[in-house]
Amino acid sequence: MNEEGSLRLHVPEPAGRPGHRTDFSYLHLSAAGAARRPPLNTTALATEDLAYALVRVLDDDGRAVGPWAPDVDATLLIKGIRGMLRTRVFDARMLVAQRQKKISFYMQSLGEEAIGSAHSMALEKGDMCFPTYRQQSLLLARDDAPIVPMMCQLLSNEHDPIKGRQMPVMYSFKKLGFFSVSGNLATQFIQAVGWAMASAIKGDSRIASGWIGDGATAEADFHTALTFAHVYRAPVILNVVNNQWAISSFQYVAGGEQTTFAARGVGCGIASLRVDGNDFLAVYAVSRWAAERARANLGPTLVEWVSYRAGAHSTSDDPSKYRSADDWTYFPLGDPVERLKHHMITRGVWSEEQHAALQKEVEAEVAAAQKEAESYGSLTDGHVFPAPAMFEDVFKEMPAHLRRQRQELGM
Amino acid sequence: MTMPAMSMIQALRSAMDVMLERDPNVVVFGEDVGHFGGVFRCTDGLQAKYGKSRVFDTPISEGGIVGAAVGMGAYGLRPVAEIQFADYFYPASDQIVSEAARLRYRSAGDFTAPMTIRMPCGGGIYGGQTHSQSPEALFTHVCGIRTVMPSNPYDAKGLLIASIENDDPVIFLEPKRLYNGPFDGHHDRPIVAWSNHPLGEVPDGHYTVPLESARIFRPGSDVTVLSYGTMVFVSEAAANESGIDAEIIDLRSLWPLDLDTLVDSVKKTRRCVVVHEATRTSGFGAELVALIQEHCFYHLEAPIERVTGWDTPYPHAQEWAYFPSPQRIARSLRRVMEP
Repeated sequence: MNEEGSLRLHVPEPAGRPGHRTDFSYLHLSAAGAARRPPLNTTALATEDLAYALVRVLDDDGRAVGPWAPDVDATLLIKGIRGMLRTRVFDARMLVAQRQKKISFYMQSLGEEAIGSAHSMALEKGDMCFPTYRQQSLLLARDDAPIVPMMCQLLSNEHDPIKGRQMPVMYSFKKLGFFSVSGNLATQFIQAVGWAMASAIKGDSRIASGWIGDGATAEADFHTALTFAHVYRAPVILNVVNNQWAISSFQYVAGGEQTTFAARGVGCGIASLRVDGNDFLAVYAVSRWAAERARANLGPTLVEWVSYRAGAHSTSDDPSKYRSADDWTYFPLGDPVERLKHHMITRGVWSEEQHAALQKEVEAEVAAAQKEAESYGSLTDGHVFPAPAMFEDVFKEMPAHLRRQRQELGM
Repeated sequence: MTMPAMSMIQALRSAMDVMLERDPNVVVFGEDVGHFGGVFRCTDGLQAKYGKSRVFDTPISEGGIVGAAVGMGAYGLRPVAEIQFADYFYPASDQIVSEAARLRYRSAGDFTAPMTIRMPCGGGIYGGQTHSQSPEALFTHVCGIRTVMPSNPYDAKGLLIASIENDDPVIFLEPKRLYNGPFDGHHDRPIVAWSNHPLGEVPDGHYTVPLESARIFRPGSDVTVLSYGTMVFVSEAAANESGIDAEIIDLRSLWPLDLDTLVDSVKKTRRCVVVHEATRTSGFGAELVALIQEHCFYHLEAPIERVTGWDTPYPHAQEWAYFPSPQRIARSLRRVMEP
C-alpha cells in the first residue's frame, strides 16, 4: 500500500536481534581522553559537544588518559573494585536464591556496577540518591554496606527494614542516603529535584542525585525534573543510565535514535555530559565534577551513563527472545570490573592474586550475610511481619476505619 | 485575639500567613502564587512578606508541583502546594496516588512526605467542564491521604492550619463558589458576603479545627443531611424552604471521617439524605450511604436518598440544571419524610 509519496510510520528497530549480532557502531564512541573537561561554571550551551561525545578515561591498555583522569590513590581504587565485586557477587547469589525460590523476584545490575560504585564514592554524607531498582551498587560499594538488611528485604522476613511492604529490591535506607525505591518509573526524578530545592531553600550544603533509565526518560516526570532543575538551579545530579534496553524495548523506542539522552539536558538549559558508564574512573571524575558544581550553587548537571544491561531485566524476563544472547561479549565498552582491574594492574597497585583473594573474601562476606539473613526467615517459610502490621504506616496515627478493619481481619 | 470578618480567601491567606510565620519549614508554591498572589488571590502579599524562596511561582506542571513537594516533604519541609483548579490535578495523579500517599507505608516510616495540596473545586461560577469539577471521590479512594473540604472562612483557616501541621499528605479542596460568600444555590438572588455571616468571623492568630471532626451545621430532628462544601448552604436553604427540620452535618474531613457524629445523628433522626455536587455514580455519597447502611440499618425509617450532580461532564450553559438546587434537595427531604 505504501506508494511513493504516501506517509509511512517509522518504528525503530534495534541494531541486533537473536541470531543476528548487534552492530554497536550506533554508539558513536570517542577515544579515551578525547573529550574535553569544561570549567565548573560552564554554561549549558557550552557543553553541547560533550552531550554527543563520550567522556572516557581508561584506554584499551588500561591507562588513565586525558583531562578527566582523576587524581586518585590506590585506596580509592581498591575500595572501588571491592564495591563492584561485592555488587556482582551479591547479584549472583541473589539470582540463585530466586531460582531456589527463597526470594520471589530479583533484578541484577550485571555490567553496570561501576556507575553506582564510583558515584557513591563521589558524594558526601547527607546527600541523597533517588535511585531506580538497579542502583544497588550505590549501597553495596559503601564501607557500611547494609548487606544483611538488603537481603532481609529481599527475603521479606521478620528483619525486613520495610516490614514486607514491597517487592524485592525496593530498598529504603534514609541514613545511607538512599531514597525509597518506588517501582513505578521516573517519579523519583522530580522528587530528587524537589529534595535539592529544599536543601537550597534551607541554605544547607546537601545535594541530591536522581536516577532514571533510558526507557523511563520518555515519562513526563523526566522532562518535568529537567524543567524544575533548570528553573530553580537546583543542586542535583540528574543521572540517566542508558543500558540500551528497557525490558525488550531498545533505547531507540525511548527516543535515543540519532540523538543522545544527554542532549535532552542541553535543550533544557542544563550542563550535560555523555559518559562511559563502564569506566570507573570516568564515572568517579564526572560524578565529582557534577557534585562540586551542585554544591557551588552552579546548578544541575545531567549525565548520561552509557552502559549495557548484561543480564535479564529481571528474573521474570528472557532477553534471548529479543536480543542476541552473547551481545555483551561484543559491547565495545567492555566489562567495568575487568577494565578497572586492568588499570590497577597496569598501575602496579594490584595483581591477579590480590584480585582472586578479594573475590574470595567478598564471596565469603556475602555468603555469611546470606546465612545470617536466612536465619531470620523468609516469605516462603512464613517468617514475615504479622498480617496486622499491614494496617500500620498508612497514616501516622491509625484512623478508626483501619482499626475496625484490622479487627475484622480477626488476627 | 481579634475576630475580624474575613472572606474564605482572606481566611486561607491568614492560615498560610500564620504558618509561614510560625514554622520556617513551611513553603508555599504553585502556578501564579508568587508575585501575583494566585488567580484567586489566596496567596496575595505572602511573597513580599516571606521572600521568594518560601513563596514562589512554579512551571505549569501539576506533576512537577506535587513531585517536587514529595522531595521537599522528604527533606523535612512542609510544602503547601496550590493546584490552580482541582480540574487540573490529573497530571499529578501518579505523584499523589503512588508516591505522596504511600511513601510512609512503602518505606515503613523511613521516609514521609507531609504536604498540603490546595485546590479550588466545585461549580456555580460558569466554569464549564474544566473549572467546576468536584473530584473528592478520586482522593477518598486512595489509602494514605486525607481529604478535607471546608464550607466557611472559620473552618477554612482552622482546617488549613491543622492540615499543614498534620504529618500525612492532605488534599485540601476549596469550594470556590464559597470564596466570597455563603452561596445557597439561588443563583438569581444577590450575592451575600461573608462579612454578614457568623462563620465569617475569623480569629487573627493561630487556631485549628481538628481533622476527622464533623460539624453539626444545623441541628434538627426530622432527617439527617450529610454534606460538605457548597452543598451545606444549599441544604440549609432546602431545609428552611421546605419546613423540614433537617439536621445538616458538614463533614469537613471527608476521609478519614468522623463517623460517630454521622451515625449518632442518623440514629436520632432515622432518616438520611446525602448531598454532594459531584457526579453520582461511585461518588463519595455512595460510600456515605454504605456506611449509614452498615451502622444504622435497623434505625432507618426510609431509604437513603442521594442528591448529586448528574452523571455528565459539568456543562457550561446548563450549569443550573446540573447544580443540585435547593428545590431538588427539598424534594428528597419530603420524600424521605413520607410515612
